[in-house]
Amino acid sequence: MRLLFFAWLREKAGQDREDIVLPPDVTDVQGLIDWLRGRSDGYAKALGDPSQLRVAVNQETVALDHPVGPDDEVAFFPPVTGG
Amino acid sequence: MIRVQREPFDSGAEIARLGAGNPAVGGICAFVGKVRDLSGGQAVSAMTLEHYPGMTEKELARIETEARNRWPLQDTLILHRHGRLEPGDDIVLVAVASAHRRAAFEACEFLIDWLKTKAPFWKREEGPGGARWVEARTEDDEAAARWNAAASQEQE
Repeated sequence: MRLLFFAWLREKAGQDREDIVLPPDVTDVQGLIDWLRGRSDGYAKALGDPSQLRVAVNQETVALDHPVGPDDEVAFFPPVTGG
Repeated sequence: MIRVQREPFDSGAEIARLGAGNPAVGGICAFVGKVRDLSGGQAVSAMTLEHYPGMTEKELARIETEARNRWPLQDTLILHRHGRLEPGDDIVLVAVASAHRRAAFEACEFLIDWLKTKAPFWKREEGPGGARWVEARTEDDEAAARWNAAASQEQE
């Protein structure tokens, strides 16, 4: 699975991407967030505030109960501010 | 058409190309978003726009398709820049060509409202106090949500 981080989440995470092997018991976005927060302080900070967290799976914005699989691209970012 | 680019654009030339040669076009409505020198009461000397290459284009295409499903449009253009910009620079151009003005006005407003709340761009402003990430505004969410209500009314 490829993880991507954007804007200030990227700065808190300390990297813009990481390729990981998804544990078999992680099956949805919320499970992935919970697992990542336990992996490093950076991820705990980047993913710590649900109100400021948006998630895209395979480049489409999804809800926290969306399923994830080992070949997915999962992106984490704050609410968007373009335009 | 969707374009995401670092380079500046000529909004006049882009608008002139929209629907050119199509005699069914009766009007064009365009919005150009620019970098202001003031944001949240603080001076802005420059801005950097980050985006999510790949998803950005897909999301803009989804928004464009939604507009074309809602209004009878002859042509559409969403052009958004990324990278470092300075006050006075153009950020985004949304332009819509239609047979009649109401569809053009409404679709143009819809496109920029949805773009601002759905397309994966993030602004980082620089000023005398350093750099800061721009926070999303409730007003923008409300502006985008109006179109959800409008859609459900049309279905009733």
